[in-house]
Amino acid sequence: MYKKTSLYARHIAAGGKMVEFAGYEMPIQYSSIVKEHNMVRQHCGLFDVSHMGEIAVTGPESAKLVQYLVTVDISEMEPGEVKYTPMCYETGGCVDDVLVYKKKRDFLLVVNASNVEKDFEWIKKNNKFDAEVKNISSEVSQIAIQGPMAEEILLRAIDCDELPQKYYTFIETDIDGSKDCIISRTGYTGEDGFEIYLNNELAPEVWGKLIIAGGEDITPCGLGARDTLRLEAGMPLYGNELSADITPLEAGLDRFVTLDSQDDFLGKDSLIAQSKNGLNRRRCFIELTGKGIGREGNLVFMDDIRVGYLTSGSKSITLDKSIGLAMIKLPYNKIGGALQVNIRNKNVEGVIIRGPFYKRKK
Amino acid sequence: MNIPSNLKYTKEHDWLEPLGDGTYKLGITEYAQEALGDIVYVELPEVGDEISAGDTLATVESVKAVSEIAMPFDCEVLETNAELEDEPEKLNVSCYETWIAVLKIYELEEVISAEEYEELIK
Repeated sequence: MYKKTSLYARHIAAGGKMVEFAGYEMPIQYSSIVKEHNMVRQHCGLFDVSHMGEIAVTGPESAKLVQYLVTVDISEMEPGEVKYTPMCYETGGCVDDVLVYKKKRDFLLVVNASNVEKDFEWIKKNNKFDAEVKNISSEVSQIAIQGPMAEEILLRAIDCDELPQKYYTFIETDIDGSKDCIISRTGYTGEDGFEIYLNNELAPEVWGKLIIAGGEDITPCGLGARDTLRLEAGMPLYGNELSADITPLEAGLDRFVTLDSQDDFLGKDSLIAQSKNGLNRRRCFIELTGKGIGREGNLVFMDDIRVGYLTSGSKSITLDKSIGLAMIKLPYNKIGGALQVNIRNKNVEGVIIRGPFYKRKK
Repeated sequence: MNIPSNLKYTKEHDWLEPLGDGTYKLGITEYAQEALGDIVYVELPEVGDEISAGDTLATVESVKAVSEIAMPFDCEVLETNAELEDEPEKLNVSCYETWIAVLKIYELEEVISAEEYEELIK
């Protein structure tokens, strides 16, 4: 039996096509991935991301523990700020990529659904500080509202005083009288939008209100559109672009790795060494110019030399092009480099381009 | 679900329209297009290709899935629908009007009627 989120009944009622993902029964799509994808780019889309994990870190040394775990420098974080960061093993490989929410006293870590147990164990194991770690994933639902109309619809739907104005900030607020909700201006689509953390009892009601308030301008979206949207935005997916064998430097996440900080963090020595010695491979953005769609695992060649593989690949719905992220050996990672992606034993021409594939106009 | 009675079907959710002389138009059924979702690419065979039973005639890709259309019989490709190169979504929009290939089928094996197909997808 797979787990169900608090919004399961909503998905079924809306005709969601359900699949197993990270132990949950989740909607892959409702009507059409293409339609849902375009709605997020042009209007607004609503995602149930309650399968994501939430780990609360509290106590006098919570900041020390969090900094020990993540690669980005969190020392200057103010309450109400969010940071994206990899979380590494001593080897420099990734345990996960997470969002750090800095509250007034303590922290909330938002982790990938498929990694919740692993992350929780990892964090507890490395908690040599005066801090407490609690996995609150099962108590928390998460709704993402994404797209250019997200703010307008959210304000219409729920009774709250204000919304976070800056990207990667959040507020702790009551929603419809229910305490302890978090609304952050974050997302995984490349559009403006919000992620709402709330208790399981409240989630179906808020979901319903958002659907009604959005009317023609909103649609529920499944995991299918979530994946095509994040890929266009060049955002990594753990298990594809990141893993225990891939370091954040290889994955092109340099700006989320603070190697010159005062504080020690897990993996720092390995990442400093890798930075000093030079990388062997690097994440690249690829566009196929020949016919075909690259998929995860397809091998990449340059003049018969095997130079890497696709970590993700799809048709870009917004750009109407075949795109992919690839891990490419140095020195073959140059922008403009012509390559071939091997799809079902046929070589399809492609080129390395500057990422991301899609960037919204601000 | 729409299952035109004048067509024949394979158990792999393809339809066949008899054109006479052992030639048939082939496409995918409503059930298949719905299961696949938004179709974004079709890899067509070459005219003249000989396909053995069990081999792939064409590959249909939706946003998330790659689906190979395998033939239950030996056949030869007489024509392909080049329109699908630019408009693969036609397989979603009008699956029974949109054919993938015209085939010469030497011996029509493993093919079922509309009634039998309806029973199959129940």
